[in-house]
Amino acid sequence: MIEVRNLEKSFGPQKVLDGVSLKIETGESVVIIGRSGGGKSVLLKHIVGLLQSDSGDVLIDGENIEPMNERELIRVRSKFGMLFQGAALFDSMTVAENIGFAFRHKKEMSPEQIRCKVAEALEVVELSGIENKKPSELSGGMRKRVGLARAIVYQPQIVLYDEPTTGLDPIVSDTIDHLILRVRDRYKVTSVVVTHDMRSARRVGQRILMLHNKKIYATGTPDEIFNSSDPIVRQFIDGVSDLKNVDF
Amino acid sequence: MNFFAGTWVAEWVEGLGRIALLATEAIGSMCRFRAAWRDLLYQLYFVGVKSQPVVLITGSFIGMVFAAQTAAQFHKVKMDTATLAAVGVAMCTELGPVLTGLMIAGRVGAAIAAEIGTMRVTEQIDALRTLATHPVDYLVAPRLLAGVLALPLLTAEATFLGISAGFGVAVYYYNIDPVYLWVNMLKHTADTDVAIGLIKAVIFGGIVALVGCYKGMTCGEGAEGVGRATTEAVVYSSIAVLITDFFLTLSLNALFNGV
Repeated sequence: MIEVRNLEKSFGPQKVLDGVSLKIETGESVVIIGRSGGGKSVLLKHIVGLLQSDSGDVLIDGENIEPMNERELIRVRSKFGMLFQGAALFDSMTVAENIGFAFRHKKEMSPEQIRCKVAEALEVVELSGIENKKPSELSGGMRKRVGLARAIVYQPQIVLYDEPTTGLDPIVSDTIDHLILRVRDRYKVTSVVVTHDMRSARRVGQRILMLHNKKIYATGTPDEIFNSSDPIVRQFIDGVSDLKNVDF
Repeated sequence: MNFFAGTWVAEWVEGLGRIALLATEAIGSMCRFRAAWRDLLYQLYFVGVKSQPVVLITGSFIGMVFAAQTAAQFHKVKMDTATLAAVGVAMCTELGPVLTGLMIAGRVGAAIAAEIGTMRVTEQIDALRTLATHPVDYLVAPRLLAGVLALPLLTAEATFLGISAGFGVAVYYYNIDPVYLWVNMLKHTADTDVAIGLIKAVIFGGIVALVGCYKGMTCGEGAEGVGRATTEAVVYSSIAVLITDFFLTLSLNALFNGV
């Protein structure tokens, strides 16, 4: 279970999160929506301990990770897999080396076992046979899928997705959405998806949280959020800009 | 004016503190053998083998230039046969380690900062951390160890090449007797001179690798950030090599020569 309590974070004078609290149950699939630059990715990075908050707590299975140092966090992070916005593949390595990276220190696994795990992960993301390609040889959608394969290969309990469909065409976005659902159902993982792609949010989320004005502004099932009459939620869902109050 | 000077000093001291913390973490990682052997071997290849052309040219040409200058000056006081002794001591204690350190700062320090900096801005370091890998174990420890191991070897190579090339210039260009040159060099170049040079090289190797890693890991966003980190890595590690050299010279002279 993931629990965030009164999380606050500033970068210099700019406050990004101001008292964010949320709870995500084990096995749940939650989508966090909100405007660009609204702090969604910052919140996600706090959940996996990549950023340290100014105040507040982040509890993973009841364990507060905020006071932990980098070495202590390694143990907690082995519960997580994360797909980054730009996939963040190691560009000096092949696809197979990227995906098998998590096993490089596991001496009990033979190279053949690692090869099988890599092939299995690539099969899940429907990219079998590209083990020897370099990330620079892949398209944006393929990079995301390889990033997803790397995130799930060691079967984590929680998978975090940072804008998984941003920059992709609708058909590739649809593929990624199906892969997120497949990973959730196949490995029974807790999924946290940060996106501003409303089609994707509706498809992959069992619950949607909306981050607005540095706080969790609204929460509900996809139907509740999409049928909300709240003007701020509606404005975001319908994608209507306010020309009198332009803010970008 | 005072405010800006104060801010600059505070940032400078903070930077030194951060490098010290990084060094502590990296040395701890090295001592616990957390760095993988294959990463260390690759870094040794990158720092040592790939630097061969640079070290070869630097070592031999500085030896030749120094021999030519020394021979010309010593000729005035009829001390021609002491030319190689001066070249030997200078190459072992100063020119070998310092010039190799500076050349490696330019080649390796810049490459380390650019590579780690690019990894940082493309979230590859964050990806490492989510894959339960400590960035210091994977990125810093192998580079620091490679710098500390490779630089003394490169320095020894540059020193040998410098003395050999200087010998060639003194014998074939200035027609100085080779036997006197050789005997005088052996007489005046002590083991402690070689030791001083190698100790300096170990420390310079550590400085270049650490500054490169630190600048890469703390670089700003985007291409501009990586470019700035790369430039600063070269400038700061070169300055650090020169300043450290002065204090090392004083302390090692006191230790080995009692002066």
